Amino acid sequence: MSMYWAETLRQMNSIGIGSIVIVGIIAIFIGAVTAIQFSYQMGGSMIPRYYIGYIVRDMTIIELAPTFSCMVLAGKVGSNLAAELGGMRQKEHIDAMEIMGVNTAAYLVQPKIIAALIVIPMLVCVGAFISIMGGYLASVPTGLFAHSEYVQGLRSFFIPYNVWMMFVKAFVFSFILTSVSCYQGYFVKGGSIELGNASTQAVVYSNILILLSDYLIAMIMAV
Amino acid sequence: MIRAVNIIKSFGQQEVLKDVSCSFEPGKNNLIIGRSGAGKTVLLKILIGLIEPNAGKVWYDDQDFFSLSKDQMRSLRMKIGMLFQGSALFDFMNVEQNIRFPLDMFTNMTLGEKNKRVDFCLERVSLTGNNSKFPSELSGGMQKRVGIARAIALNPKYLFCDEPNSGLDPKTSIVIDQLISDITKENNIITVINTHDMNSVMEIGDNIFLLYEGKLAWNGSKHEVLQSDNEILQGFIFASPFLQRLRDKALNK
Repeated sequence: MSMYWAETLRQMNSIGIGSIVIVGIIAIFIGAVTAIQFSYQMGGSMIPRYYIGYIVRDMTIIELAPTFSCMVLAGKVGSNLAAELGGMRQKEHIDAMEIMGVNTAAYLVQPKIIAALIVIPMLVCVGAFISIMGGYLASVPTGLFAHSEYVQGLRSFFIPYNVWMMFVKAFVFSFILTSVSCYQGYFVKGGSIELGNASTQAVVYSNILILLSDYLIAMIMAV
Repeated sequence: MIRAVNIIKSFGQQEVLKDVSCSFEPGKNNLIIGRSGAGKTVLLKILIGLIEPNAGKVWYDDQDFFSLSKDQMRSLRMKIGMLFQGSALFDFMNVEQNIRFPLDMFTNMTLGEKNKRVDFCLERVSLTGNNSKFPSELSGGMQKRVGIARAIALNPKYLFCDEPNSGLDPKTSIVIDQLISDITKENNIITVINTHDMNSVMEIGDNIFLLYEGKLAWNGSKHEVLQSDNEILQGFIFASPFLQRLRDKALNK
């Protein structure tokens, strides 16, 4: 049992700590661009300026943080998982474990999925926070609107259910990106070209499924 | 004893093994030899259950290997040690962690007991003190020896070696052969070695199986190789004119 736990912790470190910088960078720009774009679109309209803070917050929480972060993670983590498992398959590591009597799916795939289900929603949550901060940094210091307007917007019309929706999306997307990538890597056959293909397919299929499930979750939870 | 009985295996239209039967005895070095594409690796993979045959059975003593339940197969596999052609050392683990891996997985030993066993295995393969090195820091011969150490960590009853000498210089090959042979005799285990190294055949071949185009073409010991008039065997073992001259000299022709 401790071996499985140790492997899960190793994966949590690899997926979580290893991805925090990229998620942070993406999140800060998502927030910044959302704030600037809405500020531009709402210019000259009768809509109160503080609405921008409200829009940045909800756009980030409901859609941008989980979807963008997980699509980027599908590229970073997904390709890494597919390549790691595919490499282990090609170098006979998986065969070696199976001959020893190890349940390789349980030892190699399950910890990756569990680790992702734990750390990716956390990353998304951190990403959402950084994104909102990004919106602030892009608009308040540059004089697009005032600190009080942005903060008022952040505090307005808050629906806790949206946070729940963010976590549902993050949870589903993290399962998709790890299971698809692990499948592609675990069953890879052939040489380096096939391994490259598996890695690419892991990212492409994960992203398509993430977008599809994003739509379905929106239909189920937001309509 | 391990017995392969009437093994037939095809991949698509290509029949790789055509009704092969052989028995592997304990305390002996059982060598499967043959040209590339003769079906050696497929036979070895069938013996360890990585490939299922189209027909035929593999018996481990009185157990029909492919009829075992998953749990039974897992517990049988814990008695199997395997040395892979490329060593298959886990490159994210150091030497000690690699050897300790099966102990961590399948035993309730304390860390102290496991480390003691790791040190014993490393000493057995003459690699004492290399515990913290990673596979990438080891030479090919050292990797093979770590592979052997890992394979014997759980005191296996059966040891399989796929091309243990491939990529090694002749002197290191002799060391690896001797190591495998010594472990086999000391522990009276069933060792099956897949090789096309003629030096191994003539040094440690207690029980040799020659595969030719998917069929068992010859079976005997290293002592019978020189006397045999089997043309396929002679053509395979003494492939070069140099080796033919040596054979003739040995037979005083």
